[in-house]
Amino acid sequence: MTDIIADTSKSRSELAIIIAGVARDPLGLIGLIIVGSIVFSAVFASWIVPYDPIAMNIPDRMQGPSGTHLLGTDQLGRDTFSRVISGGQVALKVALPAIFGAMTIGLTLGMIAGYGPKWLDNFLMLLFDTIRSFPTVMFALAVVALVGPSLQTVVFVVMATSIPTYGRVARTQTLTLRNSEFILAERAMGASMARILGVHMLPNIIGVLAVLAAMDIPTVIALEAGLSFLGLGVKPPTPSWGVLLKDGYALIRQTPWLVVGGGLPIILATLGFTFLGESLRDVVDPKLRKNR
Amino acid sequence: MTETLLEIDNLSVDYETARGDLKALRDISFDVNRGEIVGIVGESGCGKSTLISAILRLIAPNTRFRNGAIRFKGDDLLTRTEDQMRALRGGDISIVFQDPMQTHNPVITIGKQMVDIQHRAMTSKKEKLATAAKMLGAVGIPDPEARLKQYPHEFSGGMRQRIAIAMALMSEPDLLIADEPTTALDATLEVQIIERLKDLQRDFGCAILFISHHLGVIAELCDRVVVMYAGAVVESGTVREIFHNPKHPYTRRLIECDPGHIKARARILPTIPGEVPDLANLPDGCIFRDRCDQAVACCAQVPPLTRLSEGHNAACWLNHAEEVA
Amino acid sequence: MIQFAFKRFALAALILVVAVTVMFLMIRAVPGDPVSIMLGPRATPELKARLIAEMGLDQSLPKQLFIYFSGLLRGDLGVDVFSGRDVTTIVFEQLPHTLKLIFSAIVWSALLGIGLGCYAAAHPNTGIDRAAAAISVSFIAAPAFVVALLSLLVFAVYLQWFPAIGVGEGFWDTAWHLVLPSLAIGLSWVGYIARLVRASMLEVLGENHIRTARAFGLSERRIVGIYALRIAILPVVTVIGVGMGFLLSSAVFTEIVFARPGLGKLVIDSITTRNYPIVMGAVLVSTALFVISTAVADLINAILDPRARSGT
Repeated sequence: MTDIIADTSKSRSELAIIIAGVARDPLGLIGLIIVGSIVFSAVFASWIVPYDPIAMNIPDRMQGPSGTHLLGTDQLGRDTFSRVISGGQVALKVALPAIFGAMTIGLTLGMIAGYGPKWLDNFLMLLFDTIRSFPTVMFALAVVALVGPSLQTVVFVVMATSIPTYGRVARTQTLTLRNSEFILAERAMGASMARILGVHMLPNIIGVLAVLAAMDIPTVIALEAGLSFLGLGVKPPTPSWGVLLKDGYALIRQTPWLVVGGGLPIILATLGFTFLGESLRDVVDPKLRKNR
Repeated sequence: MTETLLEIDNLSVDYETARGDLKALRDISFDVNRGEIVGIVGESGCGKSTLISAILRLIAPNTRFRNGAIRFKGDDLLTRTEDQMRALRGGDISIVFQDPMQTHNPVITIGKQMVDIQHRAMTSKKEKLATAAKMLGAVGIPDPEARLKQYPHEFSGGMRQRIAIAMALMSEPDLLIADEPTTALDATLEVQIIERLKDLQRDFGCAILFISHHLGVIAELCDRVVVMYAGAVVESGTVREIFHNPKHPYTRRLIECDPGHIKARARILPTIPGEVPDLANLPDGCIFRDRCDQAVACCAQVPPLTRLSEGHNAACWLNHAEEVA
Repeated sequence: MIQFAFKRFALAALILVVAVTVMFLMIRAVPGDPVSIMLGPRATPELKARLIAEMGLDQSLPKQLFIYFSGLLRGDLGVDVFSGRDVTTIVFEQLPHTLKLIFSAIVWSALLGIGLGCYAAAHPNTGIDRAAAAISVSFIAAPAFVVALLSLLVFAVYLQWFPAIGVGEGFWDTAWHLVLPSLAIGLSWVGYIARLVRASMLEVLGENHIRTARAFGLSERRIVGIYALRIAILPVVTVIGVGMGFLLSSAVFTEIVFARPGLGKLVIDSITTRNYPIVMGAVLVSTALFVISTAVADLINAILDPRARSGT
């Protein structure tokens, strides 16, 4: 009945199969390419950028796209293209820790909720539902109002609002698996709750969560960009895509290329991760269905 | 003078699949006369569902009609357009499906559904509701006017099947197709429904094509029987002939293995050894050959459906040997 | 049905209570003097004293919570430091603008999305269906505020087809001003709803009761448009209810981009001026709006789907 991953050597080849499956789907392939490029340029940003993204150059300010400045310069003479590339770095610097943190915490809480006593489950679910009942941006704004804007605040807010999503899914999966045959067998053999959760339930839940995370990255990137656009995100001179949008919006008639330079990478990134996530889900899903 | 209502004439139907053509029906021939109850018996995979969907043309996109005709009142249905078929469905030909729990739309009241299917009638909505209530009463649903306002999930399985029968008979069809209508119900309900069906058939005078694998019910209800196996008709005849004088090894085994038929107590219930053949890779010769305990050399050729006596046909070489002998 | 409604709203109230408590604790959790936090750095000593008295800040935490709640039940969200007006009045002045924007976005995106979804379900796996699927995903992916900015750039600044700022006056002018903003918010929804309807419809169309409907010769239009759609549309109702949170978030950005009045602009301005009571008040009201809309969505669901009422 169940096809469970119980050892890591099998999961390594599983990964290869999954990636191959994604690459076969045209949209998935596009997603892989886009995400790959973004990750690459984010990691090697300092080597790729033609100019220092935070170096001001007032005489060259507000120039349109040209040979020397591919995407023009902003109101302080900084090269837009370099800022776009570094912006990718910032986006991932916010998104990855936030999602990783949310996934870890959400997973733990979700598994506890699914496996533990009913009162704990009810309590955690109520907590999750409450957090989810705050419109995300409103909640973010409230926190920023209280604590002040910074990169850390953004990471915290993004994490806090994402935890219920992962928590709920982890809980559902745990509940489903809880009564499956092999878990009952383990319990009959006297395995402790920690062992059951850690060794047996975890590998099965991770797959679902990984797909969720891939689909979540666009939301997170958009949230960071949005907050930065409002001036409530990362502090200047950090080059976030949202900051580019902010600068561009302020002088939209004079420097429209900033809006394009800030907006297009966001759309590309969200598209890429979404295509990837969708494709990933299609590849992973039929396997999950077998497990149910 | 019995008039032929439905004539299945050498019908062959395939399903196109990635594995190849699934030969679901091969040269199927039998008749249903007006007012007659004809049973179709066979295990899963014998082609019963394909046959029904072919008659009403509610088919899957990969269905291919290779050969033959389906004549209803003399008119070959295979030559009809989709619109013409739609005119027939729920009008002259009605159907009751197997699973009563999923057969009605869950978010629309029974009353509205029964009014909607009367879309051919030129009567007012009030009159249609009255007709619906009358039909519900005829199938034994108490307090029909009130129950018309209810939703399917408020009825039990047995009642839902009665409603399905009521809906099918409302247009007073010439032919009612009943696709294993009692398979999903328990034994006591089955008896009630069959009794009710018999009464209704007497009142309405429609012909019934009754598909089942429950031999007892077939014997109780039907006038004639068609025995199907893996897409072919192996035997057909009157109920009396088939049950008392089966002329095909498969029919004989079916009767022997029927739980209702077994007189002596036994530890091990009889079954037919082996499995139904793969319709995409048919064996040569008689379709039942691999599971038959009486197979002989000439079974390597497909035996024709031969008329053995008035209204009794069988497809088995053993009958020919007898004749010859 | 009444029972269901009662239970559902009771749950909504519970969630609201917890949400308010969380907000309350958040404010208290911030290091520093809660009065300065609440009123900002510009508060006068008199105002501070008044707040301490009103909120019982010199009393125990549970008592404070109680006072806070009783204030809320009276509709009292506090007082604005600068104007001296009720926060409640200020917030509710801006709320209609945001609501107008959100509703216009929902209406066009739902109608278009349902239409496209039905069409795709009726013609599955054709070239158009696949192309529409890819486009839907793209729409879903693009964040509303980026779409807002880019459409502002292209359609308002560059092409000058639409106004860039404000709400407009009179019916037609207002509608014209609504085009770009509600387009920005609704775009991701069209894709989302279309996909949902398509999947839902395909699932329903494969179910046995549709086969029965066909077996009785009902017209294809009736089968798809009524028999199937009535069921397939249920997830859409829920999705819109739950999507209110997302819509509110998108609305915040869109109001800023197009310089429209509304909750979004109110909150952002108040953050910049450190006007915390208004920020908290606006956040609370939008949360309440969200909770209520999910409850209403569940209720509509129960009305449309009789099975949901009896918990079958």
